[in-house]
Amino acid sequence: MPRRNNILANIDWVTIGLYLLIVLLGWLNIYAAVFNEEHQSIFDITQRYGKQLMWIGAASVLALIIMLLEVNFYVFFSFIIYGLLLLTLIAVLFFGTVVNGAKAWFTFGGFAFQPGEFAKFATALALARYMSSYGFKLQKPKSLLTIAAIIFLPIAIIILQNDTGSALVYFSFVLVLYREGLSGVVLFFGTLFALLFILALVVSNLTLAIIMIGMVMLAYLVFNPKLKQFAYVFMVYAVCLAVFILADLVIKTNFETDQFIVAGAVVASLFVMYSSIKRRLPNYTKIAIVFIGSVLFTISVDYGFDNFLQAHQQVRINELLGIESNPMGAGYHVNQSKIAIGSGGVWGKGYLQGTQTKFDFVPEQSTDFIFCTVGEEWGFAGTFLTIVLFLTLFIRLVWLAERQRSSFSRIYGYSVVVILFFHFMVNIGMTIGVMPVIGIPLPFFSYGGSSLWSFTILLFIFIRLDASRLEQLSV
Amino acid sequence: MNNLSNRSYIIVAIFAVVGIVYTILLFRLQVLDSDYKQYATNNVLREVVQYPARGLVYDRNGKLLVYNKTAYDLLITPREVQTFDTLLFCNLLNIEQDDLERRIQKAKKYSRYKPSILIKQISPENFAILQEQLYKFKGFHSQTRTLREYTHPVAAHVLGYVGEVTGRDIQRDEYYKSGDYIGQSGIEKTYEKQLRGTKGVKKFMVDVHNRIQGSYRDGEEDQPAEIGKNLISTLDLDLQIYAEQLLQNKKGAVVAIEPSTGEVLAMVSAPTYDPSLLVGRVRGENYSKLLADTLKPLFNRSLQAKYPPGSTFKIINTLIGLEEQTINLQTRFECYGKASSPIRCTHNHVSPANVVDAIRESCNPFLWNTFRSILNKYKTSAEGFNVWRKYALNFGLGRILSKDFPNALKGDLPQQALYDRIYGEGHWNALTVRSLAIGQGELGVTPLQMANCCNAIANRGYFYEPHIIKEIENDTVRSSVKVKQDVGIEARHFEPIITGMNQVTKGNLAGLIGITGHDFCGKTGTIQNPHGSDHSAFTAFAPKEDPKIAVFVYVENGVWGSRYAAPIASLMMEKYLNDTIATRRIVTEKRMMEANLLNPIQPK
Ligand SMILES: [Zn+2]
Repeated sequence: MPRRNNILANIDWVTIGLYLLIVLLGWLNIYAAVFNEEHQSIFDITQRYGKQLMWIGAASVLALIIMLLEVNFYVFFSFIIYGLLLLTLIAVLFFGTVVNGAKAWFTFGGFAFQPGEFAKFATALALARYMSSYGFKLQKPKSLLTIAAIIFLPIAIIILQNDTGSALVYFSFVLVLYREGLSGVVLFFGTLFALLFILALVVSNLTLAIIMIGMVMLAYLVFNPKLKQFAYVFMVYAVCLAVFILADLVIKTNFETDQFIVAGAVVASLFVMYSSIKRRLPNYTKIAIVFIGSVLFTISVDYGFDNFLQAHQQVRINELLGIESNPMGAGYHVNQSKIAIGSGGVWGKGYLQGTQTKFDFVPEQSTDFIFCTVGEEWGFAGTFLTIVLFLTLFIRLVWLAERQRSSFSRIYGYSVVVILFFHFMVNIGMTIGVMPVIGIPLPFFSYGGSSLWSFTILLFIFIRLDASRLEQLSV
Repeated sequence: MNNLSNRSYIIVAIFAVVGIVYTILLFRLQVLDSDYKQYATNNVLREVVQYPARGLVYDRNGKLLVYNKTAYDLLITPREVQTFDTLLFCNLLNIEQDDLERRIQKAKKYSRYKPSILIKQISPENFAILQEQLYKFKGFHSQTRTLREYTHPVAAHVLGYVGEVTGRDIQRDEYYKSGDYIGQSGIEKTYEKQLRGTKGVKKFMVDVHNRIQGSYRDGEEDQPAEIGKNLISTLDLDLQIYAEQLLQNKKGAVVAIEPSTGEVLAMVSAPTYDPSLLVGRVRGENYSKLLADTLKPLFNRSLQAKYPPGSTFKIINTLIGLEEQTINLQTRFECYGKASSPIRCTHNHVSPANVVDAIRESCNPFLWNTFRSILNKYKTSAEGFNVWRKYALNFGLGRILSKDFPNALKGDLPQQALYDRIYGEGHWNALTVRSLAIGQGELGVTPLQMANCCNAIANRGYFYEPHIIKEIENDTVRSSVKVKQDVGIEARHFEPIITGMNQVTKGNLAGLIGITGHDFCGKTGTIQNPHGSDHSAFTAFAPKEDPKIAVFVYVENGVWGSRYAAPIASLMMEKYLNDTIATRRIVTEKRMMEANLLNPIQPK
């Protein structure tokens, strides 16, 4: 069968290699996280590492089946798969089991299965199918409404399951839309203000200031990619910030460090605004104005939240954002998590030598907080390598997506990468205390059959599509 | 399309920025910041909840009523427990070995790594012994709690009690966590928010031997507990003690109010109990005992018992008649004593009687005629009834008087609809509902409401919300207690009533109930009891001019109003006004205190 050979030759082994590497590292860390002297056999299926080995085996079979199926299968059945998954999600609402407060699980015997995980690839398929259909134009209101419906249906059901964290993942599709022609301005301001609103309430002022300054620098770079001008702007900010930070260190005042930093950045922005008007660089003027506006916006969100909202309204918003008002709650997890990661130092304590992630100091250590084990036992070397590994995978996937001839494959490919990226960003961010503690796993890494399988399916459908990139798809 | 594929660079740039930011943050956390290594060598971050002391409660003269004593909870963190001498441990704690095993299993089931309470509320004496040995037991540590303590074993019903939160409390307010305490009745419940303060949290680093190594981040993340606010109650401790002594071995209730403010001076429900019975480890057992007691000591009669108001209510009916001008000071009604119809009179007195005579003699025929005149003044009896009912509501009957008494009942004040349902619309009149004329029938009034009516009479037509808290430290008492509530009857109509009530205290009762040095007003009541001896009631205020105290006393099986209720009320007023009891009355005082009416079969 020449066609099969053809597929085999066109498979992107780099991606598969990265996938295997991450899964293997994940398993090693799960082993470390739940390691104890009593159960040392790696095949002990009473232990999580034993079970994870089973999940990995099953995932390989899944991957193989996905590769063997006809490529048009995914195109043809995309809406049907999407519909079936939605029905399953609704069924969970009625017949599901509650785990950690979310009614998002089916349990059979000792095994739990979370349909919400699988709705991600189904939504990606449906979105790809719809957006690649003949005569599709993103700018038409009808198109936008349909896209919104495809994305928000699973979100609505998952929120009803009381699993807000998982629902947030779907907002990452905005990046796919952006790639497919959604106006950058819409993307920019939409995400900017949503993000600022959440961040203003969730993270500390200092973190927020750093994030905002990072974002404004990125904006200068993106909207006017001329290095010389950017270097100038960069210098302005660096000097202003340095002056203000120095001032904070030298002068004793009632103001906090973050207030000094923000003030420095605002002064720099005013300066950039002034000089950009003179030099006729409207993009820089706009960015500086947006930055100052954002600062005012976050200050007013903070102020409004503290002063205008009733206590119970504050509690409700906090709950939605995953902030527990309980002093023993979320803050406790993050502190323990930061201690574990921070104690790793440069080279870590060595494999199986971690003390913090052993036992139960860090909760959910093999699932949502698996990155703590990496940080403690492998140190900065390990965490840096993990980040590099994930980024390599993401960039490889973007490159693969861009080389697709059919827009179906490209859109699906982008969906895969943004979903993986969102999990990566939130999961690692929460272990180091810059993201709210919403329980979503680190792809391929965290313990759990449902998540490993769903990410495997998500990724391998794309690998399968990519392997047939030279064929004509029947969209 | 080419144009759009440039956007892939921006997407990659976003990935890169997040990657770089995280790398920088991780570098700071893992390489630059040495704090975290320090914390990790100390091994465990322990967060200890700081429980604030509850606010204190004082009486109106600044005498302490409720304060706190320290107790200790012993906590267990199952993961840290190592083999230990269970025998010694059990001896120190005075518990059985299998009990200990059960408690440890329960804690393990809750969480292996989170501390949970093993033994609650250990007294300071016992804890001192335990603490010396505690270093031998790894995985155990203590936390300080405060328990209520009372200066005097009185006012249990008013003060209420504190207990552990229930699942429903936790659901309703997420401030509470399992094991927290919450006010469950009385002042403790009404003023829970003020009394409880705010919990804090202290973060400590502890080493593997469970020794505290210092605070986490120099206490930067600690939240200090805020202690609860102190309350000054309106109670007069001396009067409260005295009233409880007078009511001992009796069933009944006493409510005393200061007319000029509505402040409750004393509030007793007998039989009562020692509030310290419901504190600490003995609480559960004592609570069940009190609950099982056939005399119902937990039942707060002053707020929850509904009595037919009887002749006390006749005053209100007369006042309504005067205000509605269906009777006046010249009005006289014939009384044929026991031969009267439709309600017979229980007394022998001058006939025909005027308002003053009627009040003094509690004349039923007079009241019947007055009541009928009110209902018949309007086109229909129902309309007249509704006018009458509005006045009764004004006096505070059939409604909740104050938020200060969470367990208070609103009593029964029948509505037109009730009679329409029983007799049919338009098919009833004054005669049908005549028992209302003499305060019987469908009426049910609590002692608090009765005392409040007396309060309104003493003030000649208005009252302030009867309340129990005078001041809250650093806070204000709700403004409703300062609102004058008018009953809608002109002050001049009260004068003949007060004259009548004054004559009650001067007739043949004067020797028994006269208050030394003060002219006062009162009204007896006897409530028929089909199950045994009649109940005795007395409403009074003193002095007659510029009254300082209004009292309602109710004694179950007290036979006549004048036998127990009236002497008790007058003794209380004398005590409050004069601080002492005149020598000539010591005999009466002794007799009241010693009377035991708990045996329900009394000679009639
Ligand atoms: Zn009579």
